[in-house]
Amino acid sequence: MLELRKISKTFNAGTVNEKTALNELSLSLQEGEFVTVIGSNGAGKSTMLNAVAGVFPVDSGSIFIDGTDVTKLAEHKRARYLGRVFQDPMTGTAANMQIEENLALAARRGALRTLKPGIVKKERDLYREQLKILELGLEDRLTTKVGLLSGGQRQALTLLMATLKKPRLLLLDEHTAALDPKTAAKVLEVTDRIIERDHLTTLMITHNMKDAILHGNRLVMMYEGNIIYDVAGEEKKKLKVSDLLQKFEEVSGGSFANDRMILS
Amino acid sequence: MGLEITSLINALPGACAQGLIWGIMAIGVYITYKILDLADLTVDGTMCTGGAVCIVMMVSGHSVGFSMFCAFLAGTLAGLVTGLLHTAMGIPAILAGILTQLSLYSINLRILGGKANQAISLDKYDLLVSLRWIRDVPFYKNPIFVVAVAIVLLILVMYWFFGTEQGCSIRATGANPNMSRAQGINTDHTKILGLMLSNGIVALSSAFLAQYNGFVDINMGRGAIVVGLAAVIIGEVIFGKIHGNFAFRLFAVALGGVIYYVVMQIVMWLGLLSTNDNKLLSAIIVALFLAIPYLKEKYFRKAAKKGGANHA
Repeated sequence: MLELRKISKTFNAGTVNEKTALNELSLSLQEGEFVTVIGSNGAGKSTMLNAVAGVFPVDSGSIFIDGTDVTKLAEHKRARYLGRVFQDPMTGTAANMQIEENLALAARRGALRTLKPGIVKKERDLYREQLKILELGLEDRLTTKVGLLSGGQRQALTLLMATLKKPRLLLLDEHTAALDPKTAAKVLEVTDRIIERDHLTTLMITHNMKDAILHGNRLVMMYEGNIIYDVAGEEKKKLKVSDLLQKFEEVSGGSFANDRMILS
Repeated sequence: MGLEITSLINALPGACAQGLIWGIMAIGVYITYKILDLADLTVDGTMCTGGAVCIVMMVSGHSVGFSMFCAFLAGTLAGLVTGLLHTAMGIPAILAGILTQLSLYSINLRILGGKANQAISLDKYDLLVSLRWIRDVPFYKNPIFVVAVAIVLLILVMYWFFGTEQGCSIRATGANPNMSRAQGINTDHTKILGLMLSNGIVALSSAFLAQYNGFVDINMGRGAIVVGLAAVIIGEVIFGKIHGNFAFRLFAVALGGVIYYVVMQIVMWLGLLSTNDNKLLSAIIVALFLAIPYLKEKYFRKAAKKGGANHA
């Protein structure tokens, strides 16, 4: 349902800061696949997700969602297919708007925004129900400004917003990296539950190898703007962190430079 | 002391009326500065365009209602130009506003038929407000009453609009453009729409001001952004502690305009400064009010609360 055909992206081309973030990367996702993405810093993980979301145009290659070529489609137009959660908890929500207002914005993703009321009564009951599954007590705080919530609460809310209107593809960009371990585990658990409930096709970037193995049904490892390892099914379930480390060393010809990934 | 309290009291109704008219303008500024988080300098031009369109049309025989409606449309056009310069051509918002403002000077001169000003006689034309009606007329003719009614209507419309899906997406754009795009909002469109609405309202205020003064002058918009910001900030500082909804905040902004004009009047009355100094004074007032929150944070912060809200 998602197909990336040889997409490339170079930032600051022609300057000393030139950086090839994606190098003819190809990837194909089937309906219902939950893919975890790992790789060291600068491997191009976030760039890949942002290219899919249309944050910037790619230099070459093409992107298909459900067989439709979206390569040249603007970010806000692609949003109809996508649910997104970002690494920074501040990015996914509007701080000076209420919880219910944020949800109402998300409920209208992909729809034409008219002069009808921005939120109607019967929506509130739906939001209350949906907020309950987060188990954070937010269902009683519909009119609280999102800026008053903690990072974990905001991230859980963003996750709910991303999936409120069932997306064709869910993009999670290290969405638990900025949270404390306990909150991160909680948010991941909710993520799993929602993905399973709605059978969402998902791309989840994580820096945590254990999480990458534990969650999802397919795992890809990126290195220098391309996918160097792609494993699914039974083979993925049997993976260990040491296998991943070894795999990385094989390809890169050196040890994992990023301590963060080993320690976590 | 040579201070005649009666001369101040006599001047206050006029200051209130002017303050209310500038309060309408400040509501326009609030849309860009507070809701969209854009500093739009177009308004220095629009604050003349609205009056010019209104007066010239009335002088050529159109009704006051239709003339003011056209003034509003002229303002939205100016906002559209700034919006397109900013979104379609990638010019920073401040610069886009300055460019439109500068070009409006020439356009305003053209609207005025090459003259620097145009008077309109209260005796010959059916004006909505005039400074000659500030006293000794039935209350419904008093400009303070007329403009206050206009403000209430305007706030009602704004309250409705910013509660609609379109209005909410404008608010979301100002609050978090990245999130807005991720939720499928075309942030270019919402910015343009906000700029058009804002400048339309400013032009409407300009049409009121020109009628009130009985003339339109090519320089009448000079420094308007500073007065508008002053009203927004004064309204926020004075009424900010009171928990109120969106309509209340707009109301506070309009009152901010009145407070600004009354304070200016008092300063003039004290004889400390002459009329020539009022632009300097407005700049100082705005600079002070803008600086207060920052200085408070920097020098008077008492034991920061821990585990509190995360404002980012």
